[in-house]
Amino acid sequence: MTINRRALLTGTAAVLAAPAIAAAQEAPGVTATEIRIGSTNALSGPASSYSVISRCLTAMFKRLNDQGGIAGRQVNFIVYDDSYQPPRTLEQTRRLVEQDKVAFLFNQLGTPTNSAIHRYVNSRKVPHLFLATGADKWAQPKEYPWTIGWQPSYRTEAQIYAKYALEQKPAAKIGLLYQNDDFGKDYVNGVRDILGDRFDAVVKLVSHEATDATIDSQIVTLQSSGCDVLICGIIPRFAAQAIRKVFDIGWKPMMFMTNVSVSGSIVMQPAGVEKGIGLITSDYRKDQSDPSWADDAGMNEWRDFMRRYIPDGELGDNNYTYAYGAGSTMIQVLRQCGTNFSRDNIMKQATNIAPLEIGTLLPGVKVSTGPANYHPIRQMQLQRWDGKSWVRFGGVIEGANV
Amino acid sequence: MSENLVLPLSTASARPATSAWQRLAFVLAGVALAVLPLFLLESFHLFQLTMAVIMALAVLGLNIVSGYNGQISLGHGAFFAVGAYVTAILMSHLDWSFWATLAPSAAICGLVGYGVGFPALRLGGLYLALTTFSLAVAVPQILKHKAIEDWTGGVQGLFITKPEPPTWLPLAITADQWMYLVTVGIAAACFLLAWNLIRGRIGRALMATRDHPTAAEAMGMDTATLKTRAFATSAMITGIAGSLSAVAVEFVAPDSFTFGVSITLFVGMVVGGVASILGSLFGGLFVLFVPNIAEAISKAAPGVIYGIILIAFLFILPDGFAGLLRRIAAKLRGR
Repeated sequence: MTINRRALLTGTAAVLAAPAIAAAQEAPGVTATEIRIGSTNALSGPASSYSVISRCLTAMFKRLNDQGGIAGRQVNFIVYDDSYQPPRTLEQTRRLVEQDKVAFLFNQLGTPTNSAIHRYVNSRKVPHLFLATGADKWAQPKEYPWTIGWQPSYRTEAQIYAKYALEQKPAAKIGLLYQNDDFGKDYVNGVRDILGDRFDAVVKLVSHEATDATIDSQIVTLQSSGCDVLICGIIPRFAAQAIRKVFDIGWKPMMFMTNVSVSGSIVMQPAGVEKGIGLITSDYRKDQSDPSWADDAGMNEWRDFMRRYIPDGELGDNNYTYAYGAGSTMIQVLRQCGTNFSRDNIMKQATNIAPLEIGTLLPGVKVSTGPANYHPIRQMQLQRWDGKSWVRFGGVIEGANV
Repeated sequence: MSENLVLPLSTASARPATSAWQRLAFVLAGVALAVLPLFLLESFHLFQLTMAVIMALAVLGLNIVSGYNGQISLGHGAFFAVGAYVTAILMSHLDWSFWATLAPSAAICGLVGYGVGFPALRLGGLYLALTTFSLAVAVPQILKHKAIEDWTGGVQGLFITKPEPPTWLPLAITADQWMYLVTVGIAAACFLLAWNLIRGRIGRALMATRDHPTAAEAMGMDTATLKTRAFATSAMITGIAGSLSAVAVEFVAPDSFTFGVSITLFVGMVVGGVASILGSLFGGLFVLFVPNIAEAISKAAPGVIYGIILIAFLFILPDGFAGLLRRIAAKLRGR
């Protein structure tokens, strides 16, 4: 990664300003030779398949240390297990902050788990950076200035679907099928962001409970209300049902499916691969199984990293490309800090990222933050199911400014 | 198992020699041991210890119904959750103080426990274990239900604030230190009450019902009443622990109360010592600290290490930590 102008300027400024150096030496979690970073992940328990994220990040910091570290300091990345239980997350986070005295927290896993520490880290003013969750609640710069997410939120995703639908069909009547919880409601909020006052006139809302047996009646309701666009914020089990039912009743809306529920083996095959032809979803990462990235420079950088640092890693697991993106963002922020690793400066740099390209993200999708922009990734590209695989089309689309 | 468990009772009754000053010394030592961490530990360790005491209290609740009364419950996490949610709802929606929520929390958990106690009369052993287990599995989903979402906060959960230390205290202490004192105080009261209950007439009746229900009934004991009330008392104590955990963590969410909590409490009871008051305390410490030790040994597979430690404990201390204490005590006396 090359040093950009801002990093150079910050670095120079920090060197020139003696007080800043003094501050750096007093900063928690930072010594002349070490920067301590903390994280929690589900290393055990039902969500432990996500633990490869921590594994990848640990390897990335090892590579960084092998290359000389950051400003002459080695990164010490401490990960504790919370088994995806919120009380354990609080315990482990307090251990990181109060006992291990980490400089900041990075990429902790999960929505309920991060919720449990949201207030604690903000009252302690500990940077709580680039969380591994897609909820939209991490972007509240006024109420929670020390917390920032990373991946596009479900709300951003819904904004992108609504934008595209209106572009294609300006007079669209949108049916919105969502699961009645925070996950589903993010989709309602996203569509509302785009439509504003027209929301009630244009959108037909239908919800279902996670405990429902089927969602057939919801689909029929939406069809009979005359919708020609269908946006679904539903989990995989219901996604398969929805795709099948829409096909079986001969309804042909422009259909969008949350990218949570687009796995070939879990959703498309149970639904029937022919029945899903034309279905639209979105992504911000390069799919490592897509042959068009076989010679891609960014993906080769990632593959080289995997070969040297995680030789036994399962290359098909897209948590690795996710973690590589989040880790690259973090390293960029550390470089931007120059030599001032105070918590204030780390937070300032984390919310001041100039559009940054990352090897494992789709071309045109850039990480970018600002003091008022706590959504690092706001762009995605649409893709359509052709009966065998997902095919990207069109340019990247950006979410709304809200 | 029953022979083991009857033993401490008989030795306890054959031990009137403990004089008043000895007992006083024990109590003073206990108080000193409980207060000492306040000055020795940093706030994080104090928080951990607070959580351990809370778990110990929850294990104590389970021990009353499963240990002393022989009704196996794998669903005490549900009572823990109900207690936590009662406190959280009263504090966040109605602005009650933490202290005021304790009584309603205990009462509601007691009622729920009493209700669960009735099917327990007809279901014995493994069937009861499964029924209570299904309760533990159901509770997180019930908490998310739309009908009560406005109260429980749904998946998002509820945020509350732990009680601030009162201003009349002679020493200035932090909120963490105060939380520890509150927890230890409430837990000590519950342990004392439970101990009183167990070593008296009711305790003997509970154990008689466990060891030989027919004989107990022949002796004129109303086993149905005993069993349902044992369930109620047990749920009440575990519920109070839940209340404490809600304020200590300052957050409740359905994911905090998965069936794993029930299993954790059960592990705590078995490791600490089935049918032992003091064992519950050790059980609480075990379930909180051993996972951390396991993780320190291996980050790749903390579950495996935890399992190995658990098996080792059961192998070395088949009757729990309390059993070890009893054996040591017996040896000392035998000399």
